Amino acid sequence: MLKGKAFKFGDNISTDLIAPGRLVHLRSNLPELAKHVLEDADPTFAARVKPGDFVVGGSNFGLGSSREHAPVIIKMSGVAAVLAKSVARIFFRNAINVGLPVLVCDTDKINDGDELEVDLASGVIRNRTNGEVLSSGKIPDAMLSILNEGGLKPYIKKHGDFKL
Amino acid sequence: MVKNLTQRILSTKTGGDVAPGDIVVSPVDWALVQDTTGPLTVREFLGLDLPKLANPAHTILFIDHAAPSPQKQLSCDHTFLRKFARDYGAVLSDVGEGVCHQIMAEKYARPGDVIVGADSHTVTAGGLGAFATGMGSSDVAAAFGLGKTWFRVPESILVKLTGRLQNNVTAKDIILHLIGLIGADGATYKALEFGGDGVTVMSVSDRLTIANMAVEAGAKVGLFPSDEKTREYLEGLGRGQDYQPLTADNGAAYEKVIDIDLSSLAPTVARPHTVDNTATVSELAGTRIDQVFIGTCTNGRLSDLKQAADILKGHRRHPDIRLLVAPASPQVMLAGMKMGYIQTLVEAGAVILPPGCAGCLGVHQGVLGDGERCLSTANRNFLGRMGNPEGFIYLSSTPTAAASAITGVITDPREVI
Repeated sequence: MLKGKAFKFGDNISTDLIAPGRLVHLRSNLPELAKHVLEDADPTFAARVKPGDFVVGGSNFGLGSSREHAPVIIKMSGVAAVLAKSVARIFFRNAINVGLPVLVCDTDKINDGDELEVDLASGVIRNRTNGEVLSSGKIPDAMLSILNEGGLKPYIKKHGDFKL
Repeated sequence: MVKNLTQRILSTKTGGDVAPGDIVVSPVDWALVQDTTGPLTVREFLGLDLPKLANPAHTILFIDHAAPSPQKQLSCDHTFLRKFARDYGAVLSDVGEGVCHQIMAEKYARPGDVIVGADSHTVTAGGLGAFATGMGSSDVAAAFGLGKTWFRVPESILVKLTGRLQNNVTAKDIILHLIGLIGADGATYKALEFGGDGVTVMSVSDRLTIANMAVEAGAKVGLFPSDEKTREYLEGLGRGQDYQPLTADNGAAYEKVIDIDLSSLAPTVARPHTVDNTATVSELAGTRIDQVFIGTCTNGRLSDLKQAADILKGHRRHPDIRLLVAPASPQVMLAGMKMGYIQTLVEAGAVILPPGCAGCLGVHQGVLGDGERCLSTANRNFLGRMGNPEGFIYLSSTPTAAASAITGVITDPREVI
C-alpha cells in the first residue's frame, strides 16, 4: 500500500513541462536534471515533493517527446506513482519501462494536497482527505510483467527476450 | 483476412494474422536515436550486458538536435555517441548531415518496414508506408540489442481526404486542421491511416509532413499507402529497388472514419500552448510576431524552400522580425541552392542555418526572449518548447510563415500573392 500526498496538475502536462528542453545539457546528469522536474508547470514542486507522494494529472499526461528522462526524473524525485485521467502513449510505456507505476482514474475527485492511499495490485485509490474511493483501469498484462520486474532493463536481463 | 495498413505491415513482419489489441513481438528493420535521447539509450544498452548490436548497419545514431553543439556537456554527449558508433559498428550521421527523420526518408526507410526511434517524430516515415513509431531510450536500447520489440496492435482510424486544396493551402494545414478537430489526444494509442483520392495526388513530401504530426494527436503511427507517388520519390533518390506497393484491403475495418474535404480548408494556425488550439489564419490576422522559423522535420524540405522563395521573391522581411530558415538535409540545401531558392531567401533577409533541428527544441539557434512570439513551421508549440516558458509559439504552414515574415503579423498567404 502506497501512502502520500497528491500534487495536482492540469491537463496536457507535456514532457517539455516535466523535463524542459532548455536543460537538454543536463540529460546525462539525471540527479541534476531531477532538481528541475516539472519546473515549468510548478516551479516549487521539486522542493516540496517528498518520497512516496503522487503526481496527479488531468487528461493526456506526458504528451510530447519520447524523452525517457521525463518519467525517470519523476521517479528520482521520490514520486510513488503518477495518476491521470489519460496518459500519452509513449510516456505510459516509458514510465513502465523505468519502473514508475501509472494509474488511469478519475482524477477530478482528487485535489492538490489530498492524502491518498494507493493499492497497486487492486488499482484501488482511497482519498483519505475527502473519503472518495476510486478505481483505476488495469495496467495491461504485458506492461505489468515488465513493471513487476522493476522495468525493462531488469526484465530483459532476466528473460533475455520478450516473453509477453 | 481483410486487413488495414497497420494489420498488413505487422502481419507480414510477424508471420501471422494480427488484429487490434493483439500483443505481438516484431522484428525491427531500423532502430535510431538522436543526440538528446541517444546517450541514455546507449547507457541502457550497455547495461543490458548484450555482446553486440543485433544489426549494426541498421542501427543509426543521429547528431542533429544540438548540432553544432552550443555547450560542453552536449559536446561530450556527442563524443560519447561517436565512440559508441565506432566501437559497435553502428551508423553515425554527424553534425550538419541533417534531421534524422528527413535522412530516414531520403536514405533508409522503405514501405513495409518497422522502424523504432528514440524520438517521437519517428512517425514521419509513415509517409512512405513504414510502420514507424517513437519510443523511449529503454525500448530502443532493447531493439538495438535484440533486433525486435513488442507492440500492442493499434486500432486504426481512417482519415479520408477528398477533393483538392486551394492554392497556398498545404499539407500542414490539413494536419493542423485534423488535430484541431480531434484534439491532442484524439488518436491516443491508435493508428491514423490516410486514404481517399486526396492522397493519390499528394507528394511524398506532403505525406511526410502529415505523418510527422500524427503523434501530436497521440497516435502511435500515421500511415500512408505506398503507391506510384512513393515509387517516383524512391526512384528520384536512386532507390527504386526499395519500392513495394502497399495498400489497405477494400473493406478493411476501422474504428472510425473521418472525412475531410480538402477544398474547404483554409490556412490554419495552432496557437500557444497546445497543438490542438487551432484557428484559421483569418481569425488571427494581424497578430504581431517577432520571429519566423521555417524548417524542422515537419517543413524543412525542398518544397518548403520553394514555397518560401516564391512568396518572398522581391520582398524583404519586416524589419521588426528575424527570419530563420533551416533546410532539413544537405540534399535539400544543395537543391535549394541550385534552384536559387536559398539566394532568394537570403536576399529577403533570411538567416540560413545548418541542416539540423535548429531552434525547434529550445537549445540554440532561435531561443525566444520573454514575451516574444514565434511563427514556426515546426510541430510543437508547448510552453517552454523554444527554450523559454515566457515565449509564445504559433505553428503554421510554410506559405503562411513566409507571408507573415513580410508583414510582421500573421498573414494569409493567399493575400500576399
